[in-house]
Order: sequence, then C-alpha cells, then structure tokens
Amino acid sequence: MADDKKGLSRRDFLKTTGVATGALVGGGLIGGLVGYNVKKEGKVAGTKGGGETHEVANNRGLMFFQTMAEFNVLSQAVERIFPEDDLGPGAIGLGVPYFIDNQLAGNYGSNVKEYMQGPFFAGESTQGYQSSLTRAEMFRQGILKMEEEAKKRFDKKFVQLEGSQMDEIITAFQKNEVEMRGVSSEYFFKVLRQATLEGAYADPIYNGNINMEAWRMKDFPGNQMTYLADIESEKFMKYDLKSLSNMEH
Amino acid sequence: MVTTLEKVDVVTVGVGWGGGIIGAECAKAGLKVIGLERGKSRGTADFSLIHDEFRYAMRYDLMQNLAKETITFRNDRKMRALPMRQMGSFLLGEGLGGSGTHWNGHTWRFLPYDFEIKTLTDEKYGKDKLSSDYLLQDWGVTYDELEPYFDKFEKMAGISGEDKNPFWGKRTSDFPTPPMKKTPILKKFETATSKLGYTPFMLPSANLSEAYTNPDGESLAQCQYCGFCERFGCEYGAKTTAEVTVIPTAQKTGNYDVRFHANVVEVMKTGNKVTGVKYIDTQTGEEFIQPAEVVVLTSYVMNNAKLLMVSGIGEMYDPDTGRGTLGKNYGYQILPGATGFFDEQMNVFMGAGSLGMTIDDLNGDNFDHTDLDFIHGASMSITQTGVRPIASNPLPPDTPVWGSEFKKQSIYNYTRTLSIGGQGASIPHKENFLSLDPNYKDAYGVPLLQLTYNFTEQDRNLHKYLTEKSAAIMKEMGAKTVMPGNPLTNYDIVPYQTTHNTGGTIMGADRDTSVVNTQLQHWDAENLFVVGAGNFAHNGGYNPTGTVGALAYRAAEGIVKYSKNGGSLV
Ligand SMILES: Cc1cc2nc3c(=O)[nH]c(=O)nc-3n(C[C@H](O)[C@H](O)[C@H](O)COP(=O)(O)OP(=O)(O)OC[C@H]3O[C@@H](n4cnc5c(N)ncnc54)[C@H](O)[C@@H]3O)c2cc1C
Ligand code: SF4
Repeated sequence: MADDKKGLSRRDFLKTTGVATGALVGGGLIGGLVGYNVKKEGKVAGTKGGGETHEVANNRGLMFFQTMAEFNVLSQAVERIFPEDDLGPGAIGLGVPYFIDNQLAGNYGSNVKEYMQGPFFAGESTQGYQSSLTRAEMFRQGILKMEEEAKKRFDKKFVQLEGSQMDEIITAFQKNEVEMRGVSSEYFFKVLRQATLEGAYADPIYNGNINMEAWRMKDFPGNQMTYLADIESEKFMKYDLKSLSNMEH
Repeated sequence: MVTTLEKVDVVTVGVGWGGGIIGAECAKAGLKVIGLERGKSRGTADFSLIHDEFRYAMRYDLMQNLAKETITFRNDRKMRALPMRQMGSFLLGEGLGGSGTHWNGHTWRFLPYDFEIKTLTDEKYGKDKLSSDYLLQDWGVTYDELEPYFDKFEKMAGISGEDKNPFWGKRTSDFPTPPMKKTPILKKFETATSKLGYTPFMLPSANLSEAYTNPDGESLAQCQYCGFCERFGCEYGAKTTAEVTVIPTAQKTGNYDVRFHANVVEVMKTGNKVTGVKYIDTQTGEEFIQPAEVVVLTSYVMNNAKLLMVSGIGEMYDPDTGRGTLGKNYGYQILPGATGFFDEQMNVFMGAGSLGMTIDDLNGDNFDHTDLDFIHGASMSITQTGVRPIASNPLPPDTPVWGSEFKKQSIYNYTRTLSIGGQGASIPHKENFLSLDPNYKDAYGVPLLQLTYNFTEQDRNLHKYLTEKSAAIMKEMGAKTVMPGNPLTNYDIVPYQTTHNTGGTIMGADRDTSVVNTQLQHWDAENLFVVGAGNFAHNGGYNPTGTVGALAYRAAEGIVKYSKNGGSLV
C-alpha cells in the first residue's frame, strides 16, 4: 500500500508515483489509495447501539462536483489553506474537500436560507454579500479561475504546481487581483477559507474532521455532555473525544 | 379569501420572551390569549443532539429564515439600502421562544441612570454635553418604579447572581439562586480588576447554578457548563427560556394557545382602536383575521416597528424635520475590548453562556465624565461561554490568516487566549432610524424594514476610552501579548456583534416624543401594546432582556387592568 513508502512526505510520494496531486482523494478514480489520506483505513469513528464504539464504513463520494479535475483543484487549494504538518493532517487528510462538496450540493450551496430576491446592486462592503450567484455557482467559477490562473502564470494544471506557486495564486485571490464575474475573488477566498475551517472542525458527521483529528490537534474534546465536575479545575483537562455520532442509538 | 376567526381577549404577535410573559400573565388573570408565532414549536426534547457548532452556530439552524424575510440596510441616507442577504451582525429568532431559546442568559437591570438619562446628564454636565443631534430622552419610568417587575422577572427566571455590585440599583430581594461557579479564568479577571481598584462581581445568569422551581411552579435544572449555550438550545432545561417557563405556565391555565406557522402581516385598525391582526398560514398560504380585544406586538424590535409601519399606525419619524416618532432612536451597541495571549492552556472549551465576571465601574455615570468627550460607558466582563473550534482561531498580531503558520498559531492559541469585552451604551442619533424599504419585499409581499445606522462620534470616543481600559485589565491579567480591539469605523452588518437592537418603538411620558406610553400602550390606539427592546429610548451598557422582561411584566399588569376598565393607562 501507498502508505508503506516510508520516509516520503505525502507530496514526495505523489511526485514519485506520478499521480497528479489530489487525484488521491478521489475515491472514484483510484479508490485503493483513499485509505492513504484517511488514517485508519478510511473509517470514521461512530457508535451504534449500547454506547459501544464501532468502525463505520466510510462511503464518501461526490455530490456536487462533476469531475475529479475540479474536485482536485479544490482539494489542493484547501490543503494549502490548512496544510498537513507535524501537528497532524491537513484539509485533505481531514476530508475537507468532501465536506465542501457535500455542502455545495445542499442548502448552503443554494443559499436556501438567505434572501436572494432582486434587484441586485453592488453595495458597500458594510452591506455584505449582494450577488445573485449562489455559493455553488461561485465555487464552480472560482475553481475554474484557479485553473485558468495556473495556466496563465505557469502554463500548468493547478494540481501540477509547486506549493509556493499555488500559494501565489491563492494570494492573488485573497488580494482581489483575479477577475471573477458576479463576485470578487477576495470574497470567494474568504468563503473558501471559512468553508475549510468548517470542514476541518465541524463534527465528523459532516464528512470532514475525520477521526476527530482536527479536534485532537486543537485539544477540543467535542461533544461532552457535562463539565460540571471539572469546571473549577486549575488543571488543563483532556477527555476522550466524542462526536455526535457517539450518541446515535 | 380571508377567514375571520373567533375573537379572543388578547393576541400576541410572536411568542418569544415578550409574547411568553404577556401570555402567561394575561392567561393567569383569566383572559383568553392566543399567541401567533411564525415559526414552529420546539422545546428541550428537541435539543438532545444540540452540541453541533456547525449546524447551530455557523448555519443558524434555530434562527430566522432570511429567504422569507430580512431587513435592508444602509449606513446613511445617501447610500442605497440593500437587503441583509445573510445573517451576520445580529441573529434574529424564529420559533417558540424566539431568540430567547438561543440566548446566553446574561440578565441585567438597566441602571437607575439609564431611565432618567436626559435629566441626570443635563443636571450634572449641562445641556450641551452632547450636540442636539443626539436624541437623548428619559424613559418616563424610573428604576424604582420598575424594581418590582425586575424582581418578578428574576424570580420567574431563577437568576443566579450575587448582590456585590456597588453601582446597580437597589434590590428588594437577593438573587433567587447563588452565583455560578468561579473558574480559574474568572479568578484571573477578579484579581486583576481588584488590583486596579475596580469591584468585580459574578455576572447575573439565566444558566442556573442549581435546580430551581419558580413561583409559577416551573422547574429548571442545574447548568452543566456544557459550552454549547449561546446560539444553542439547552438540552437540560437549565437555561431559562420562555418555552420552559412562562409558556408552560400560560398553557396550564387552559386560557392560552399558540398557533404556529402564523406570520402576521398587518394590524387592523378602525378609529382609535385596533380590531385584530391579519396573518398568513405559512404552510398553506391561507389568510386569516384574528380579531382581539387587545393586540400585543411581541415580534422583536424589527417586526414590532415594521408591523406598525405597514399598518399605518403612528407617525413616521422624519430625520429632516425631527417630527414623528415611529422608527426613531434606533440604538445598537458599542463593543470595546481586548484580547490577551497566554502561555498556559486553559479550559476555554468548558463554560456556560452567562458564566462570567463583570465590573460596572466604567458603566453609566458611575465615573466622572466632566473631562471626557462622551457620556455613559459599558459593563466590562470576562465570560467563559465555551469557545468552539470552527469560530475560534485566535491569531496574535501579524500572523497570516491561512497556511502553515496560521494553522500552528490558531491551534496553539485556541486554548491560550482570553478576551474581555464591554457592552457599551448606544446613544440615539437623529440619523439612526428605522423606516420601510421602498423596493424590497418579504415572501408575503410586505415591504422590508429599512435600517439606517452608523456609529457616531460619541460611540467612537466611548469605544476608544474603554478599549484602553480593557487592554490595561488584560495586561494586569498576565497576558504576554495584549491586542486591543480595532478602533471603531463604520458599522458593518457582516460580522456578528450582538442581538441587542433597540429603539424604533420607544416609550415615554410625552406622546410627541414616543410611540407608546410608559405602560407600553400605543398613544394612538389604546388597545394596542408594543413590547420589546424597541421600547428603549437608548441602549444602556448591558444586554437588554432583563429590562425587556421587567417592562413586559409591567405591561401585562396594565393589559389586565385595561381589559377590565378600558381607557388610557396613564
Ligand atoms: C445569540 C444570542 C445571544 C443573546 N444573548 C443574550 C443575553 O445573554 N442576554 C440578554 O439579555 N439578551 C440576549 N440576547 C437577546 C435576547 O434573545 C432578546 O433580547 C430577547 O429574546 C427578545 O425577546 P422578544 O420577545 O422581544 O423577541 P424574540 O425572543 O426574538 O421573539 C420574537 C418572536 O416573534 C416571532 N415573530 C416575528 N415576527 C413575526 C410575525 N410577523 N408574525 C408572527 N411571529 C413573528 C419570531 O419568530 C419570534 O419567535 C441574545 C440573542 C441572541 C440571538
Ligand atoms: S451551558 Fe448550561 S445552561 Fe447553557 S446549554 Fe449548557 S447546560 Fe444549558
């Protein structure tokens, strides 16, 4: 298996095997490799019945993006925002790209609970989002733009770029230097960053934060029922992490 | 086709804190009451899977669906008002309990100074302390007149606290339950503020320190410090909300009912009386008229104002002439504060919505303003509400907001960062007001409410002064890096600030300068009452709901009296 290749960073591994970075997370493409990113063999913690912990099979898949190419750009971009390091997994290892994909397929992607009636005018920044674009439309356009920038600046696919080159492009979005239609690239960057953090730190029931690894890094114990006994403790307290899925019965 | 229903004694529009209190008190007095609530029923049993930051705190699952209704906003009259398309600055409530379901539970009584702010400020500092652009006015009631109703609200709610604040109004009885537990984080603040000569005390809390049964017989549980309080419902029934107290109390009488999915679109008025309200069943689209002897608007600040405006009741405020009262004196809140970065890890993820300590030395007129360029101030608190990992990614100055340094710093500092914050008073200004939007409509074809608001010179000065004080406290607390809050610029509707909107339907002793009288009875329709923080003539230095509760209890007494005798209550 891929993860047997000792001494190689994930990126090195990708280079040596010639697999386009990010294709890795596309379970549909090279399913056998998914387990590499998803520690513990692609299982997420869950409890079924009697409070006993079971491993639940992880059947993740794309609900919004139609091509692995788009999905892989998203994956690499979010990994740059929240990278793997000695503290633990980055966005890809945490399942963030799947989280975002799934969210875009639902209420969030269609701005269902938001006021989307016209007329639409560009407002002042203090007036907030004023576009008729839904998040789903914005993400699709944003990903295309990232690909375009890679082509323009480096004549390569986004996923083939060095990390520093990807950072250059993401920074251009952040600084509002990329032209987008119906939305500013700066705004797209903000939403992308926020979605990355949501995917990293939301309860694993939403398909990110795999195995609660992001909570573990941050020393957030998740869904504990009570702190009554420890609230006055002078000591920093650590607990067995708990997901909401631990409550299903 | 509009169906006209059977007449009731009292109808409340909305069933949050205001609607719940009015409902309970009127039903107890034998009046037949209907609460019309646009949202759905909910209660403690619905909150067993509530520890979900993403769903409830980020996606606002318990809150208003803006696709159906929002407001429009501009900073000033020259700007084009545009819809608040996404929730941000404040989080509007929807469903049984209103925003009271997902409040924190900080429960304050406004200061005696607040109710007579104009008189007391003029007396002490002269008439020109603020320019005439600031529409400072007394509320028409005094703290002493309201004290029994504060007492009633707190006993109903079981508020946990200690009477150790030398600055607040005199209390006739102690808090119903003892203060919450004093944590190491709170103690840091206590030690630092004491050293600086301030008087810290435990924040009055509606997350109860122990189990409690209120005078109406409703039981509340002990708070578990679960850390999922603000923006969440309480799965223990330990946070006092309308749906675990006043609403069951109302229902027990047999005189009370809530009709859900009922969105009120108009108050019907003939002559100098209202006859009832028109609502739309949001599940079927059917229209109904609910006739009533008394109509009480308890649909929060925004819709209380909007319903009066669309129904043509009262005279709209005109910022050019200063005439008219409906929509005037919109207030918000000024939030000075400071963040501190520490070396040691702290249990920041534990906590409760109202777990905190406060000083009032810099609030109201508790300090001398002679040489200062503002009036009033802020309560300054440290709270340990339970910080959660999506929203809390604290970064010391000059840290990048993404990438590897971001990840390291945000993770490291998550458990090592504390903030102190002030809730600063908001003094009304002639350019800050509510009106009706001429362009945008809600899902029922009713115009949206329009908000015109910006921070003023007074706000900026107050903010600057108190931010410096906060930073000094944070330094004394031992933070290795202190980051004072950014200077106040223009009001921005995007980042969350507080759901402490006030004004627009203000109370007063004079019909020329207020919308309702001191019993919250409308000046132009004696059987119409308007209840909520919209009644505040300015916003004080605390959260509003304790004062809303007291005003609601007082109004309920008036409504019962009116139902017997009729006429004006003042
Ligand atoms: C996150 C958060 C934290 C807070 N923390 C605190 C705190 O610690 N301390 C404090 O004092 N305050 C706090 N507040 C504010 C507090 O929640 C409100 O002050 C309080 O709930 C106001 O009560 P109300 O009855 O006026 O309005 P609400 O409780 O909001 O109730 C209004 C009800 O009217 C309904 N309604 C509106 N329009 C219509 C219509 N047209 N037809 C039918 N029904 C309608 C709504 O659906 C809602 O249920 C907080 C608020 C939020 C959002
Ligand atoms: S902190 Fe206390 S009052 Fe708040 S939700 Fe948790 S248990 Fe309930």
